[in-house]
Amino acid sequence: MRNTTTIALREFKSYLASPMAYVVTGIFLALTGFLFSINSVTYYETSIRGLWQTWGIILLLLISSVLTMRLLAEERKMGTLELLLTAPVRDSEVIIGKFLGSLGILTAMLALTFYYPILLMWFGDPDWGPIATGYLGLFLVGCTALAVGLFASSLTSNQIVAAVVTGGILFALWFVGMLADLLPEALGEVASYLSLSTYIPDFMRGVVDTRGIIYYLSTTVLFLFLAIRSLASSRWS
Amino acid sequence: MIRVENLTKYYGKRLAVDNISFNVGKGEIVGFLGPNGAGKTTTMRILTGFLAPTRGNVWVADYDMSQHSLEARQHIGYFPEAMPLYSDMTVRSYLDFSSKLRGLDKNRIKNRIEEVVDICHLEEYVDVLIGKLSKGFRQRVGVAQAIIHEPEVLILDEPTIGIDPIQVAMTRQLIKELGKERTVLLSTHILPEVSMTCERVIIINEGRIIAEDRIENLSSLVSGSKRIRVEVEGPAEKVAERLRQIKGVLQVSYEDSHYIVECPAGQDFRGKITQTIVQGGWTLLSLESIEMSLEDIFLKLTTEEEASQ
Repeated sequence: MRNTTTIALREFKSYLASPMAYVVTGIFLALTGFLFSINSVTYYETSIRGLWQTWGIILLLLISSVLTMRLLAEERKMGTLELLLTAPVRDSEVIIGKFLGSLGILTAMLALTFYYPILLMWFGDPDWGPIATGYLGLFLVGCTALAVGLFASSLTSNQIVAAVVTGGILFALWFVGMLADLLPEALGEVASYLSLSTYIPDFMRGVVDTRGIIYYLSTTVLFLFLAIRSLASSRWS
Repeated sequence: MIRVENLTKYYGKRLAVDNISFNVGKGEIVGFLGPNGAGKTTTMRILTGFLAPTRGNVWVADYDMSQHSLEARQHIGYFPEAMPLYSDMTVRSYLDFSSKLRGLDKNRIKNRIEEVVDICHLEEYVDVLIGKLSKGFRQRVGVAQAIIHEPEVLILDEPTIGIDPIQVAMTRQLIKELGKERTVLLSTHILPEVSMTCERVIIINEGRIIAEDRIENLSSLVSGSKRIRVEVEGPAEKVAERLRQIKGVLQVSYEDSHYIVECPAGQDFRGKITQTIVQGGWTLLSLESIEMSLEDIFLKLTTEEEASQ
């Protein structure tokens, strides 16, 4: 646990020390701010649903792939992985530490968007329930996206490849839900169950669906596990 | 402290280490010598747990690397070949990070950082970003992180590559100091470095150990004979003749006004030679046994290897 914390803190500080995190945060806030204004002005709705339901989530997925691409690929390229993997630290501690470090940054970025609901409160009377569950949903989607990104980063020493693979997996998981109506009923249900997008509308509406929580947590665990295996297998190259 | 048994490593189909075995005892400083691409780095990466062997077993600090890698790694200080470091951290924060990962007690970390910074002469640079340091200083940070947890075993992969001569001398001195209490395995392809710092040497070429002995024994190991250079004032023919008559002498040759007397290794012929010359009524000007330089040994071993193939 101590090793995990040490690695998570180093990762978190490393984000703060690099310009990348600030650029990403700046662009993220600018774009979500734009979406928020458009939605508020067009629909006169005191909610954050319109902002996050589609475009906001897509932004979140893109940002996750950018945040995670360096986590292992850069260490592999620079050679620093050698010292990390020869320290008395378990592979799982390395992976979970790095995951928590990136989750820290993503959570901070999401926290910065709290000023949208605060603006809503200023000008109207928003319903806080859906806002709270909406953010819970975003956090969970973020966990899955970061785990996928970390896994992709463990496969290569090229950060761009890692980011593209992450985007590929995440959007495939997103699009698979679109097959639901085309496939026979049983298969369609499976497709919709597997989709990253299926559970988001519920969270945005204020419904906490256990299936959704289980889906996001289990995909997170699955991809973290794959990342641990991938890291361990690099010793056998 | 380090035990390697029948270690073999393939990268895909390429054989990097071919069935090598060796031991390094507690408190020994052993040089691991070989040309580039001989398999030194691969062996060290296996010893530190970064790579798994294809076949064979490795024990470090009495822990089986395949079963108890974590415990073994606890006792290893490692200086990897290119000394990769996080360039976005300061020296202090990096040392803090590595000592935490090595499980150092919170209260001791601050003291230990001060100690290693002092040992490695990094005082003025503790709060500088590693990315801004020159190669020589990064190398010192590398040594500092390797010794911060006072490991029993130090594995140093070419620690003097690419730094200036003064720092090279400093580093060698430091390794010698460290070797007083610790077990050190030092890889290098610089021959004098081995004779300067190590007690024993393991020579590796093309993935195989081709020689292993104490430094002073190596020359006899190679030739099976010892050579003594004698300078004598007297008639060349007669002197050579008398020297040849000494019992046990293998060969006497005369070159550049010196006699080279070849005799079996393990016996000291200098007394007999002196006696012979004095008895002959000549004047002995100088007498010294010729040690083969490590370069000679190395060349001889690696070429013998090729010839026998």
